[in-house]
Amino acid sequence: MSHGLEVLATGPLSTVQDLGRPGLAGIGVGMSGAADRSSLRLANRLVANVEGAAAVEVTFGGFAAVARRDLTVAVTGAPCPVTVGRRAAALNTVLRVPAGAELRLGLPERGLRSYLAVRGGIAVDPVLGSRSCDLLSGLGPPPLRPGTVLPVGPAPRQYPATDFAPAVCLPVEEIELAVVPGPRADWFAESALATLLSEPYEVASQSNRIGIRLDGPALARVRDEELPSEGMVVGALQVPPSSRPTLFLADHPVTGGYPVIAVVVAADVDRAAQARPGMRVRFRRA
Amino acid sequence: MRLLPCADSGLLVELDDLVAVRALHAALEADPPAGVIDLVPAARTLLLRLDPLRADVSEVERAVRAVRPVDVARQQSELVRLPVIYDGADLAEVAELTGLTEREVVVEHIGAEWTVAFGGFAPGFGYLTGGSALLEVPRRAESRTRVPTGAVALAGNFTGVYPRESPGGWQLIGRTEAAMWQADRDPPALLRPGVRVVFEEAE
Repeated sequence: MSHGLEVLATGPLSTVQDLGRPGLAGIGVGMSGAADRSSLRLANRLVANVEGAAAVEVTFGGFAAVARRDLTVAVTGAPCPVTVGRRAAALNTVLRVPAGAELRLGLPERGLRSYLAVRGGIAVDPVLGSRSCDLLSGLGPPPLRPGTVLPVGPAPRQYPATDFAPAVCLPVEEIELAVVPGPRADWFAESALATLLSEPYEVASQSNRIGIRLDGPALARVRDEELPSEGMVVGALQVPPSSRPTLFLADHPVTGGYPVIAVVVAADVDRAAQARPGMRVRFRRA
Repeated sequence: MRLLPCADSGLLVELDDLVAVRALHAALEADPPAGVIDLVPAARTLLLRLDPLRADVSEVERAVRAVRPVDVARQQSELVRLPVIYDGADLAEVAELTGLTEREVVVEHIGAEWTVAFGGFAPGFGYLTGGSALLEVPRRAESRTRVPTGAVALAGNFTGVYPRESPGGWQLIGRTEAAMWQADRDPPALLRPGVRVVFEEAE
């Protein structure tokens, strides 16, 4: 293992993420991991890593790092301008970054989170089997800062099988997400589910890796008693006393005490993780 | 038993009480259906978290309905003894709410064998049940923004120990020096579901 990547700039938030910490909810540890898991997997496949190798999740661009040795990398997710040294490079391709060269990820033109995989994987020390930074529980490596030096693991035996992957077209103004009503849809007025499935919501600026806060019409409850805390899943639309739903992402709490009216299907959670503040969200029945 | 959908990411099983939750949890932990990646026990529910790429929700439902619950009362689980200094900021308040003296609150707290029912609030936090019914108190009307590490607290019919400094709304009755959570210890949490706990008055 050697020091591979020295961070120069992080933008609003850059963290190390893999596929998280399953199996530990009983002791209060959430899944965490990449907010957009399919983009992390794709980045790793491009450089022939195992799919769950740790990579850098860059939120809203602004990331820069210098290679301490020759590296092979790939950037996926939110399409942002990528430069290696002075040369522009493409998203979803296999890139060579020679020792001493700077790698930069600019502001994405759409989407929110870009993924930088390095062949060999980011090799910071794992905590409970994962290298993910969990912002809710504080487990794992802290958010990256200028000066952080990220070790890179040994290159896998396989070589990249392809030079590029097709780009996913992320929406700019409106995103549609498929939901399944429940587990607590019966705690809400019938009109609430109809509202959720017909009215637009807007991604609020307080959104983060824990959840997407949504502004829009209130979802009225018919049961007013307190819900005993129960386990939560990623994609859950939990409705707190504000009556506006929060869509849980990777670092969501293990349990919650407010009812969940519906759950976004797993394939759409990755797309939700790319929704920017101000974007419209429409929900449809899966 | 009621099975509630969580799209393709989970299955929420609603049960009659905590005993039933623990019985189903123990059975599924010993023999998890394919695609189940995590079990999240709570007061009246057990959530099965599913890997959407591997789990077939209807298969999992069938497996849950076919499970023979484990009689957890007959399992002899680990016993943890926790020394506590009973000088919590809410001890007088708890005495008033319960109609006991502060001394009686302590006696009730150390007199019971508690069991960790479930976790969830933070890594290493356990909800302990099985204590004296006399100690049932509401949460504080206003949460504290800062509860110290090791604070021993009451809320509802639960007791718990804050594993690290955090916000919290439970009634604080004492503190312990024992480490509830160490990420590099195996297991990292001292209080895991099923562990029995006896509180002792520290010298």
